Order: sequence, then C-alpha cells, then structure tokens
Amino acid sequence: MKTFRIGGVHPAENKLSASAPIKVADLPKTAVFPMGQHIGAPATPIVKKGDKVKVGTKIAEAGGFVSAPIFSSVSGTVLKIDTVIDASGYPKPAVYITVEGDEWEESIDRSPELVHIDKVYDLDSKEIIEKIKNAGIVGMGGACFPTHVKLTPPPGSHPTCVIINAVECEPYLTADHRLMLEHPDEILEGVALLMKAVNVNRAYIGIENNKPDAIKLMSEKAQYYHKFANIEVVPLKVKYPQGGEKQLIDAVIKRQVPAPPALPVSVGAIIQNVGTAMAVYEAVMKNKPLFERVVTVTGKSLAHPSNFLVRMGTPMSQLIDACGGLPSDTGKVIGGGPMMGKALMNTDVPICKGSSGVLIMNDKESKRGKVQPCIRCAKCVNACPMGLEPFLLSKLSEAQNWERSEAEDVTSCIECGSCQFTCPSHRPLLDLIRVGKSTVMGIIRSRHAK
Amino acid sequence: MNKLTVSLSPHVHSGDSVSKNMYGVLIALVPALLCSFVYFGIGAILVTLVSVASCVFFEWAINKYMLKRTDTSVLDGSAILTGVLLAFNLPSNLPLWIVMVGALFAIGVVKMTFGGLGCNLFNPALAGRAFLLISFPVQMTTWPKPLQGFFNVDAETAATPLALMKQAIKDGNTDAIEKIPNSLLDMFTGQTGGSMGEVCEIALLLGLFYMLYKKIITWHIPVSILATVFIFAGALHLAKPEYPSPFMDLVSGGLMLGAIFMATDYVTSPMSKKGQLVYGVAIGFLTVVIRTWGAYPEGMSFAILIMNAFVPLINNYFKPKRFGEVVKK
Repeated sequence: MKTFRIGGVHPAENKLSASAPIKVADLPKTAVFPMGQHIGAPATPIVKKGDKVKVGTKIAEAGGFVSAPIFSSVSGTVLKIDTVIDASGYPKPAVYITVEGDEWEESIDRSPELVHIDKVYDLDSKEIIEKIKNAGIVGMGGACFPTHVKLTPPPGSHPTCVIINAVECEPYLTADHRLMLEHPDEILEGVALLMKAVNVNRAYIGIENNKPDAIKLMSEKAQYYHKFANIEVVPLKVKYPQGGEKQLIDAVIKRQVPAPPALPVSVGAIIQNVGTAMAVYEAVMKNKPLFERVVTVTGKSLAHPSNFLVRMGTPMSQLIDACGGLPSDTGKVIGGGPMMGKALMNTDVPICKGSSGVLIMNDKESKRGKVQPCIRCAKCVNACPMGLEPFLLSKLSEAQNWERSEAEDVTSCIECGSCQFTCPSHRPLLDLIRVGKSTVMGIIRSRHAK
Repeated sequence: MNKLTVSLSPHVHSGDSVSKNMYGVLIALVPALLCSFVYFGIGAILVTLVSVASCVFFEWAINKYMLKRTDTSVLDGSAILTGVLLAFNLPSNLPLWIVMVGALFAIGVVKMTFGGLGCNLFNPALAGRAFLLISFPVQMTTWPKPLQGFFNVDAETAATPLALMKQAIKDGNTDAIEKIPNSLLDMFTGQTGGSMGEVCEIALLLGLFYMLYKKIITWHIPVSILATVFIFAGALHLAKPEYPSPFMDLVSGGLMLGAIFMATDYVTSPMSKKGQLVYGVAIGFLTVVIRTWGAYPEGMSFAILIMNAFVPLINNYFKPKRFGEVVKK
C-alpha cells in the first residue's frame, strides 16, 4: 500500500467520533467573525454597528490578492466591531453579530438536489476560480491558504493533476471522514470543478486505510465521473503526517517537491482538502459562500464525542456543551488535532474557516514529560518526514547558531511534531526548531529586502 | 473553570522514555546473562553483581558529591546497562577489586567526565575493558573453561579459540588449527573459553531479534558489521587458506557481543542510517585487520573504540537524505 517514503510516526488514532453522524449545531446567540481567518492580509470589515445582515451577507472584503472575504453565517444585527482572542492567543479585530432568526440571502440555492457538472459544462476555468474567490474559500484542512491563489499557479508552471487530501492523519479528528460518508456526491462534484479550474483531467483522492468505508463509497461514486474525468481513489497506509501537502504528493504520485520556496505545482500537483472540495461545489453550483463547516468535538473524558455542521462564529464552548459539557478533569483545550493543533486560552474562541476540531485533553494528558538529556538514539532523525536532523537543529537553536541552522535546512521543517512525539527524553525539539525556523526566515527575508 | 494548560504542539507523546530503552536492552541481555551464569557459575554472578553495583554507586556518588546534581536519576537504567556490559567483557574469575577499578574508569572517567548520560564520546563499558586489558593483561586473558561446576571457583583455564588460531598461524603450524578443540557448533552455543557474555552467540542473537522487534535499534549497525567481517575474512580465507574460515570469525570472540550490544550504543554511534552503515563497515574491517595482523588476538573492542572517535565526523559528512532531493528533472 502506498505511503510517503521518508520518516513518519504512528500515534494512537483515537477516532472516538468516527461513527457519530454529522449533527446540525444550534445557532449561537452572538456570532463572532475574526478578520484574520486565513493566511495573508486580514479582511476589512464593510459593515458597521447596527447594520442588518442575512445568512450569506458579505461582512468583510478581502485585504489583497492573498486574502479572502468573510460572510455572515447568521442573520441579525451587527453588535460591534471589536477584538476577540482567537486560536493564536492574540486579540484580533472581529465583527460581532447578534443573532435574530435565520434568514438566508435569496441568491443561495438551498434545494438539496445535486447539480452535476455535466449540466453546466460551459463553465470555464476563470469563472470557477472567480466564484471560489468571491465565496471566501480557503483551505479547510487547517492551513487556511486562500483557495483561489492555489488555483492560480505562477506563470510557466504546468499542473498535471489535482490531489484531494482526505487523509485526516491527525488523531481524533473525523470531520473529513464523516463528510465523505454523508456527502460523497457533492465532494466529487467539487473535485470535478477543481479539475476544470486548473484544466487537468486527472485527480486522486488520498484516503488512509483506517477509513475503509469511505474508500469503498468514494471509489463506487467516482465511477460516474470516469466518462469525462479520471478521478481515482488512492488508499494509503496509515502514517502521520501523510496529510502534509508534500508527504501526500510523495505518497500518491511518488514525486518530491523540492525545498522551499518551490510550490507543489513544481511537480504538477494541486492539493485541496476534501472539505474545500465540498465548499467549492456549494460556492459554484449553489451560490453559497463559505460560512459553515464540519467540526469534530472530541476527547477521552467528553461524554459524547460528536461531529457538527457549525456556522462560523459559533463559540467552541457551545459545541462542548452540546457534547455533555466541559469535563471536570479538563487540562487543555485544543483547536485542531493533537499533533499540530493550537492549545486555547479559553473556550470562547469562535469556530473559523480552518477549525477542523476541538479536542479536550484531561489533566494528565496535558502535562509534558520530564526533559532528560539527549541520548542520541536517532529516533527523531528516523521520524522526520523531511529528512532533517531535529536533534541537531534544536541544539543549533539553543546555541543561536542561525547560519548553521540555515545550512542544515531548518526552513524545510513542516512543524509536524513527529520528532518531539517520538523523543524518549521528552526534549522540546519542535519548540526550539520553531525558534530557529522563524529567525532564519526573518534573516532570509531581510537579505532579499536589501 | 479550571485553568487551561497552553503549550505548543505536539500535544501527545509516544510514551517512549530513556529508561524504557535502557531496560529494553537489559531484557535483550537476559539470555546471554543466563548463559554466562550457567557456563561460568558463581564467578559470573559475582562479577556481574559487583560490576553493576559499582557502576550505579560511582554514578550516584559523582552526581551527588562532585557535580552536585539533584535532578538526575541513577535508576534510568544506563548505569546498570554499563555494569552488565562491562561484566560481559570480563573473564568470570577476575578479582572483584579489578572489576571495581574497571567500573570506576568506565563511569567516572569515560562517562561522567564528559557530562554524564548522552555526552560521552566512547562506549563506557568497552573503554573500561580496554583500560583493564592494558592495566591487568594477565588477569584479563585468563579464561576459565565453561561448565566446570557451579561453585568451582578454581576452574581449569583455557585459551580462547582466537588466541589458539593466532598462535598457530604465527608458528606456521597449520596442523594446530585442525586441533582447535572447539567445533563451530560449540562456539555458537558458547562452549568455549572467553569473556562471560561473549561466548554464547545464540543467546546474543536472541537479544538482537528482541531489540529489532521492539524497535530499540535498527538493523544497520549489526548487519553491516557482521556482513563486512564475513566478506573480508572470507576473502582472506580464499586467498590464503590457513586463515580461519569466515564462519569461524563470525562465531568467535566478541564479534557478536560487539556488533549487537556495543557498537549499537545510542550515545556513541552515528545518527543517520548512512552514517551507521559506514560506521559498521569500518568496525568490521578494523576487527578483521586487528585479528589478522594486530598484536591482540581479538580486535572487536578496539575497532569499536576507534570508530567511536570518528562518530562526530561521520555525523557531519553523512546526513540523512533530505526530502525533495530525489526529484527527476
């Protein structure tokens, strides 16, 4: 079975909510929309206090090309434009909307019928990308890179295939898994649209084989598209971080993207998350901008680990309450999965475009082990999916030897955490490597600026 | 609401620990340890106990009274491991005070001087053995014959097969090689003179399989050493048949013990797989060179110690393959 070729680890999967169907979450009382929900320039609010909005009304305009507009997920009145502490832990500008009823913009097609791409085959690439851009779609796997930018590869590059990331290699998370089981047709329509957007006739859907039901269902459904597009489901051996863009490309088409700043398109691949594919379908075929998503709320101590269809701006605390409330032994609340998610300072953080999960860890799980000296066991070297030497990079950061850090390719680190996960001495390898990586990136930027 | 812990990802850990690895190696040593007790009786048990107790004591005392450290634990298994491995490299009738001197050198000089766990350049147990071999050559090369009664401390002694072979080749007496009393099978099961832990190859191989299964080590170092010795010794044997057969080389002396437990020591072996292969091949090569042309009949421990010194250099020159380099243009 296919998988990526360098390194990797296998954390306990703990997919507690895999068999919980997606429930529609209740509307919040107040919805909060941070303006920086994506990589790139933050969006600019275009509403003011007292304005009436509907579900799907644009409330903020993109702040540049690498940016995305933001849409209201609720109907009601703009309460204030203030700041909110988001998953980063810093206060960010945000629009607060008091919820009144549930009135949608008329332009949105709310009918359940599937619109097949072959019925609207006259759509051209530019139109699709424009619709995606205007719907505020960003990568929904967690990185939140604006999708229209990814679909506009730099001049001179030649995309040859679309790879759909349905790996969900983070432990605990099941949002993508449930989405595939419950909305396979919409996803495949989205895949077909993405293929058309970049003018390729080949797509792969990479799914780890701990989701055999999704592999089976998606493979069956993909048959329908074979008459005009080649969509292939690729089962992958379970290994973390297979959902990393570069690892997934290596696993599926056996090509390795060169070191930064090379993009995946340099080996011909355009990668999109499975949730993004769904959002693309809804945006292009149903005129529905991105304002809701599937979120896994899970944890060993939580009474009912669940998957919800959530309107953006809903506070995480409301979802936790819907799962039986915050357990008394809670030590840590994580936005995202346990390997790459962010620990939150409070549970009022609103669900954003990139929120794939909320993970509650108990007190005992939340504490790191005692740090011991490095015994040079080389387990971090064997685990690193980028072929780096985490033990060395962490020591170079401690010594503040940035020149050598750069020579040892610290900027190639994808911050997957495999090294720190595997270290028997509980060394804070990734903490230190992050310091080295951001410092070296700063040095490189200032060098280019000169 | 409770206070929430905020830290950077990853938020989960494999559950691996230093002591799990150290005790894992100790479990892998159990078959060979039991064999040494059966073959060499009470002497082996005493040497092992004294060696382990001295190593643990010296590490504890140096941490507490000289380095004034309070946060280190002598029970992480590393000192115990050094103790057992040192004992494995000694004859079972070695005076116990010499064992203590060896432990003091291994822990005090080779390990703690450099900063303790993870900092030493040389394998402490092997350096301890080399120190004793140079300081007490007679006692260190007087090997009791195995299986002479459990409580028999004045056992008859025997030269090791490697020493017999070396002498025979030196004298040009090829008939003598035929008369070496031990068959390959005897040597494989340990019925021969030698250091306590090195004689029973089958028990050592069991340990290897356990460590590979538990993913404590990878195959790279042991396999590259054994393969190099086999090929190089085989070539010599083909060129000049009076040199021992490569099978003899594989099962004699400390080769298996060194390849499986000494050269694979985490702290003193290279970090990348490429580096580990280079290290293993060099150790195998040096071992055969010393066995064939050196002054000592056995070359394993010196080969490993020499290559220990090259590990920082190997780490600099043999990097793991970076992601992205294998793209076809």
